[in-house]
Amino acid sequence: MNARTADQLLTGPGPGSGPGTEQSHALPGLVSGLLENPWARFAARRLTRLALSVWVLVTAAFAMIHLIPGDPVRAALGMNASQQVVQQRREMLGLNDSLPTQYWRFLRNLAGGDLGTSVTSGLPVSQVIGDRLPSTAALAVASFLLAVVVSVPLGTVMAVLTRGGRHHGGELVFTSTSVLVATIPEFLLAVGLVWVFGVQLGWFPVAGRGGPSSYVLPVLSLAAGPAAVLARIVRIEMASVLNADYIRTARAKRLPPRRIYLRHALPNAVTASLTIGGLLLSSLVAGTVLVENVFAWPGLGSTIVQSILSKDYPVVQGVVLVYGTGVLLVNVAVDVALALLDPRSAIRES
Amino acid sequence: MAVEFEALRAGEEQETQGGIRAAAQDGDVRGRPGGNRLLGVLRSPLGWCAATLLLLVLLLAVFAPLLWSGRADAIDTGQILQGSSGRHWLGTDNLGRDIFYRLLVATRLSIALALLATALGVATGLVLGVAPALLGRRGGRMVTAVVNVAVAFPGLLLALFFAVVFGVGAKGAVLAIGFAMAPGFARLTQTLVASLSERDYVHAARVAGVGRVRVLTRHVLPNVSDPLIVNATIGAGGALLAFSGLSFLGLGVQAPSYDWGRLLGEGLNGIYTHPAAALAPGAAVVIAGLAFNLTGEAVAKAVGVPTASWSRALRPTKSPTATPATAVVPVADDAEAPNKQPVLRVEGLRVSFPGPDGPVTAVRGVGFHVGEGEAVGVVGESGSGKSLTALAVSRLVEHPGAVDADRIEFLGTSLLTEPAHGAVNRRLLGTSLAMVFQDPMTSFNPTMRIGRQLSETAEQHLGSSRPEALSRAVERLRQVRISAAERRAAQYPHELSGGMRQRAMIALALMGRPRLIVADEPTTALDVTVQRQVLRLLDRIRAGDGVALLLISHDINVVAQTCDRVLVMYAGRIVEELPSDRLLTTAQHPYTRALIAAVPHMETELDRPLTVIPGRPVTPDRIPAGCAFAARCPFAQDRCRTDDPRLEMVEPGHRVACWYPQTDAEHGAAFIGERGELTAEDAELTAVDAEFIAVGAEPAAEEAGPTAEEPEPLVEEGEQP
Amino acid sequence: MSELRFEDVTVCYGTGRRAMRAVDGVSLTVPTGQVVGLVGDSGSGKSTLARAAVGLAPVAAGRVLLDGRDIRHRTAGRSGKAVQMVFQEPYASLDPRMSAGDSVAEAIPRTDAATRRAEVARLFGLVGLDAAHVSSRPAELSGGQCQRVALARALAARPQIVVADEITSALDVSVQGTVLNLVRDLQRRTRLGMLFISHNLAVVRYVSDIIAVMYLGRIVECGPAHEVLTDPQHPYTRELLAAAPHRDGYAGDGVREESGAVMDTEPPDPHHAPAGCRFHPRCPVGPLALPSRTDCLSLDPTVGALGRMHSTACHYAAALSTSSDVAT
Repeated sequence: MNARTADQLLTGPGPGSGPGTEQSHALPGLVSGLLENPWARFAARRLTRLALSVWVLVTAAFAMIHLIPGDPVRAALGMNASQQVVQQRREMLGLNDSLPTQYWRFLRNLAGGDLGTSVTSGLPVSQVIGDRLPSTAALAVASFLLAVVVSVPLGTVMAVLTRGGRHHGGELVFTSTSVLVATIPEFLLAVGLVWVFGVQLGWFPVAGRGGPSSYVLPVLSLAAGPAAVLARIVRIEMASVLNADYIRTARAKRLPPRRIYLRHALPNAVTASLTIGGLLLSSLVAGTVLVENVFAWPGLGSTIVQSILSKDYPVVQGVVLVYGTGVLLVNVAVDVALALLDPRSAIRES
Repeated sequence: MAVEFEALRAGEEQETQGGIRAAAQDGDVRGRPGGNRLLGVLRSPLGWCAATLLLLVLLLAVFAPLLWSGRADAIDTGQILQGSSGRHWLGTDNLGRDIFYRLLVATRLSIALALLATALGVATGLVLGVAPALLGRRGGRMVTAVVNVAVAFPGLLLALFFAVVFGVGAKGAVLAIGFAMAPGFARLTQTLVASLSERDYVHAARVAGVGRVRVLTRHVLPNVSDPLIVNATIGAGGALLAFSGLSFLGLGVQAPSYDWGRLLGEGLNGIYTHPAAALAPGAAVVIAGLAFNLTGEAVAKAVGVPTASWSRALRPTKSPTATPATAVVPVADDAEAPNKQPVLRVEGLRVSFPGPDGPVTAVRGVGFHVGEGEAVGVVGESGSGKSLTALAVSRLVEHPGAVDADRIEFLGTSLLTEPAHGAVNRRLLGTSLAMVFQDPMTSFNPTMRIGRQLSETAEQHLGSSRPEALSRAVERLRQVRISAAERRAAQYPHELSGGMRQRAMIALALMGRPRLIVADEPTTALDVTVQRQVLRLLDRIRAGDGVALLLISHDINVVAQTCDRVLVMYAGRIVEELPSDRLLTTAQHPYTRALIAAVPHMETELDRPLTVIPGRPVTPDRIPAGCAFAARCPFAQDRCRTDDPRLEMVEPGHRVACWYPQTDAEHGAAFIGERGELTAEDAELTAVDAEFIAVGAEPAAEEAGPTAEEPEPLVEEGEQP
Repeated sequence: MSELRFEDVTVCYGTGRRAMRAVDGVSLTVPTGQVVGLVGDSGSGKSTLARAAVGLAPVAAGRVLLDGRDIRHRTAGRSGKAVQMVFQEPYASLDPRMSAGDSVAEAIPRTDAATRRAEVARLFGLVGLDAAHVSSRPAELSGGQCQRVALARALAARPQIVVADEITSALDVSVQGTVLNLVRDLQRRTRLGMLFISHNLAVVRYVSDIIAVMYLGRIVECGPAHEVLTDPQHPYTRELLAAAPHRDGYAGDGVREESGAVMDTEPPDPHHAPAGCRFHPRCPVGPLALPSRTDCLSLDPTVGALGRMHSTACHYAAALSTSSDVAT
């Protein structure tokens, strides 16, 4: 009856075109069609930004050697090295050519996968990286997953439990614990874990990469900090989402609480958390450097420290490039995830 | 590093904004009081502990080397690599030096280097962050772009990069960590400065001819200093941790100097034999880092607006003279016996929230009914409790709010017999009672398609399948005259205009089989021309389907034009109830009459000043004894300030809660009549004086509280003929 | 005393695909000592026009003239000061860290401290604020008091024109009146020129000598207040009049009348303004209601508007005013 009477009132759809109406003005053709598509524009914008960042990264890696005050080769070889040896080394590194020539050669070699040769070991840098990258990647991916898997449910549950000022004590415990865990840097946590689980209890190996058990301590020490911060962000975001008008609308629809939390609140909270916490996940990539050194993990992290100490610049350059690219890829992944979760973020400019 | 902290800060800021939003819903947002808010840090136990800890660490940094460097450097080859003992608490190192004293002495270097790096990072970040505001458009954009790229890289990676450039050693590490912190700090500064530059007071200063640099130093920087100081403090903690990391890797402090990181690195090798040598420096780093971080957090808490909660929304402020609301015994309204079974019947409704001085009762014994197909309007100023009344009858008041009533009956079923989320309530309310909220932009879930948001109601309560529910949603969208309804159903809320979203909201209300629509300020966020369309739509639904309407609005015109009956609320009570066509002629409560007279309309006489109600609306936490309006009322007598008048029937369909109801013909006559007292020779002066008194009366009325000796004179300014 | 003139002013926001002409070729004059009320929906560009007058919005084309001189070309010492602005949000428009007195003093042209103090006191008196509030922070003031401080600050710069942008819409109903009374009183005593912006026609009506109606970046009608209100020429003005608060609709049926085929249409997206007359998709006397009126679809009615009564941007304004079919 409700529908029928209302339909009688309905004299036909309004002829006006509202602002949301897709107005088909603009140039014809595929290009404009692509330009109109928000996803295509999002992809174009994001790829442009990625390309720019990669260029900055590559240029920075190239410039690194040239930014070192004085003669890097002399600094590397020490004051006692003869002028001849220094010259030889400069020649080998190509430092005697003009800057544009060096830059061009660097880019060309990079495109061909040639990152130069290690000064200390004489091995190609690409081979050193190829050997070491899998260990680091495994560590980073495992920690990344652990951090996300722990923090999102934890933050969500805490937010639901503490919403509207409920369980104030629980909130306090959660917040102080997460602040404490987040403050402990990963390498200190690693030392602590080594002492407790490696030395005292002897449950897990304390060094090297082997079976699954060798992953436990490194992954734990790497993931704990980001997980704590992320859980806290998720809680804050979830709490603010639970205060949002549309959650009130959902409650006014008398939906079951579970549906309100999981279907209405969580996607929005995760979106907001990712926007803020995305950088945490990329900082996790860099965190491997310290943790690898504690656990003598045969990855890029121990390599870069060794090469910095021994002033093996080609290797440093190569590893910095790999780490930087990793970070940029994580950032892209976060942005894509955001765009999928929240249709608005793909449309938003900049 | 810095980025992480920025991230968290941003998170907390958002929570804060949530609080502001909540506050804005029920009233105007007042700025937080000035004064020495940094000292507020010391009031919380956490802040107190953190500050003490920080002070200890700093004292140690200053004095430890003076006191103990001799012992720390004493080489004792007879005591190499000893474990902890009574003589050497933490054992000795490979030269037999006491690790405990080395740890204490290392405080200075660790802290000093961290602070140095922080200072460098903050200074660089500030310069980069402020640059866009000072440089021209192009230069600013360049700086922003550079910072944006740099901020994408984690601090540690930047630090490693700079460590290569600046070389291994303390100096290189300070530069590396400083520059690594800079992008994050620059981004934070940029964001803060940019958002502040868009504030009206900055615009006003620029319009007044204040120069760029002065605007920056006088208006922008002082107002961004709080978050910057907080982040710098936390950043110092981060720098400390990062520095120990670099030293631990061997890239930081070099022998013979030593800081905590270096001690840790040296101790790690012997962790199997004497763990204390590794764990103690680690603990020192963590404690010092915590001291910085927690102090920063505490400062952030102290200077930030408190987190969201309803009690904040009700804006409690301490006022020693005011009687706490709980002391006032709420007088329940008599609900006038309706002639037929009403859709909604409410008696003695009270809503309260915990406040700092006991519960704050925002709705105090409200009773009314809504008949079948009837449109009832509730009108009142901010803080009158009108929206809470709507939420309470819809059972949508959440913890910590508490609803209490003698009776809430919807379609003859009591809603009080089980909790709001009980199965019976949920089914009944889900199908028969619908809500329309104020802001259609924020009331739809931004990440769900419109059609889905509508259809889930039908799936939930009508047992429809998903396609059925979706086609019902499309049908309802058509019913509210949304063109291309099918396409709209597949769109997200942000793709619709404001008016269209509000229609979709009404379509959502029609998804069940509503018998009552509760509309809370449904047109306030819309343009005037669109407002009319939405009101007309609501009216059409009511007339066509016999759906009752409870319309909440601050705008007496909207309510009067849409509804059959009007409830006027003031300070959590209904002060008058009457048919809307009699508002202009027979309203008797002074507040109702003043409200009508105060709103300019198209027939307002142009040669007369507008009617003014002196003083401010009463806030729920400071409701005086007696009639809440007494302090602003020209007719108030002693009785009004002691006894709260009951809402009583003066004639059928007309109830008034007033000891001295006004019955003269002209509205606002009393308010205008009072003017005579203030007539002076100089009309202009009078106008200003009258204004002056009106303004002066505002705080006075507040402080005076319920037992004010004299009612504030009702003043009306303007040129006397 | 001076006159403020907008000559063909265009303000654009955004670039490329998102570009939007918030104000599109607007000409408007605020004559000496008069109040021009500017009314329109949100997104009509009325606030942008106000900002253009004080240099807060970039003028892409056209000029803003004060006494015939471009306000942008004034010498640095006096730049922009002759036109002052009061904003909508009372708390946002005052620096929370500055006392009310300091906020006002800052706008006073360079002088010695004693003169400055005296001037602040005089201004506080002028806007009816207690002298004790000189040292108050904005947080300690009510919304209405903050707006008075903002008015005093605007007057401190000794302006020739004051732009008031929705200065009462954020205030409670009971406070609105005091601010409106003050504005009217101040204007009558100082004879300042004023551009008064509001979405509420009843408020505009109360303070204005001249009323200009803005729709999607253009002024569609402008004339003496009384005439525009009694004899509106543009169909949009009629719609606004019909939507404005009236006393005669207090019978619970104030919204029940219908107005034909276009009653439920909404303002179009400012990013894609319709061609021809921008109002045509909503116009009750336009091509959707009367299919013969095809020129509305393509011909810009602002051309030749000056020749019509109230400079109305409507091809059929003359036909409208003679017809008896008044939308209200």
